[in-house]
Amino acid sequence: MTATIRVNGAEQALTAERGLHALLDQHGVRPGRGCAVAVNGTVVPAAQWPARQVAPGDEIEILRIVGGG
Amino acid sequence: MNPDLLTIAGQDFASRLLLGSAGYPNQQVLLDSVQAADPALVTVAIRRISLASYAESLTDVLAGRVLLPNTAGCTTVRDAVLTAELGREALETNWVKLELIGDTETLYPDAELLLRATEELVAKGFVVLPYCTDDPVVCRKLADAGAAAVMPLGSPIGTGLGIINPYAIERICANSPVPVILDAGIGTASDAARAMELGCAAVLLNTAVAKARDPARMAYAMATAVRAGRAARLAGRIPVRTQAEPSSPQLGLLGS
Repeated sequence: MTATIRVNGAEQALTAERGLHALLDQHGVRPGRGCAVAVNGTVVPAAQWPARQVAPGDEIEILRIVGGG
Repeated sequence: MNPDLLTIAGQDFASRLLLGSAGYPNQQVLLDSVQAADPALVTVAIRRISLASYAESLTDVLAGRVLLPNTAGCTTVRDAVLTAELGREALETNWVKLELIGDTETLYPDAELLLRATEELVAKGFVVLPYCTDDPVVCRKLADAGAAAVMPLGSPIGTGLGIINPYAIERICANSPVPVILDAGIGTASDAARAMELGCAAVLLNTAVAKARDPARMAYAMATAVRAGRAARLAGRIPVRTQAEPSSPQLGLLGS
């Protein structure tokens, strides 16, 4: 059985590359551009992205600023 | 004349209008409207990115404006707190417009959850601006819990019904220890002026501008109305009379 994670509610296979930074880069998310990331319901500050590893079963939320009232 | 500044949590703003950034026909119209309104703050929401496509970052589009993240759509304290924390991370601000919806039909805020979330976020160091019902008791409790301002609704979000309970808004303004920002329900410029005449410190609106036929022109109208209403409030209106009173002199009338 392959290890999986969930990104914004969608299940995906966890590849050999387990750095959070690489995962975010894959989605074009860079620090300081109105984006924020939470893993398992806790915010991961941008400064911690490079060192943070993704584990099987992690629920990752990648968000950004949009128009709002 | 001394500048009449809006002060929230020790921060001064030259404008008493807060503008939402949702629902404009396109980004240029949003930009034109923001420029015409020149608001103190522009509210924004935080949502999941699309994993399939790239979209231009709103923070780039609105560069130079002070952005206020909201927790729109949240229905639990947990989601509202996490959304506030994500907004803080995304925008490097500890300010949040706290929205906790208790009913999908009216989009009325859930006062009980709002109070709990306010307490929690204040304890975490946030400057909390809760969107709340037009209830003087709820507003007082939110201020007691540490809210930096209270934002009672004029009428339900997006209805354009204006201020359906001016008595309640006037009472809230008269007694609130923190600034009162009329939020939601504004339909046109006279509603914004009315809010200021009732004693509100500021007005927050979005749909009335975004969905107007000419949003940038309506943004200008709203900014002007807020200034006019504020000036009228400070000037002190005349008492309402039931009988007519001539404004021209009665002495020296021809034939008298």
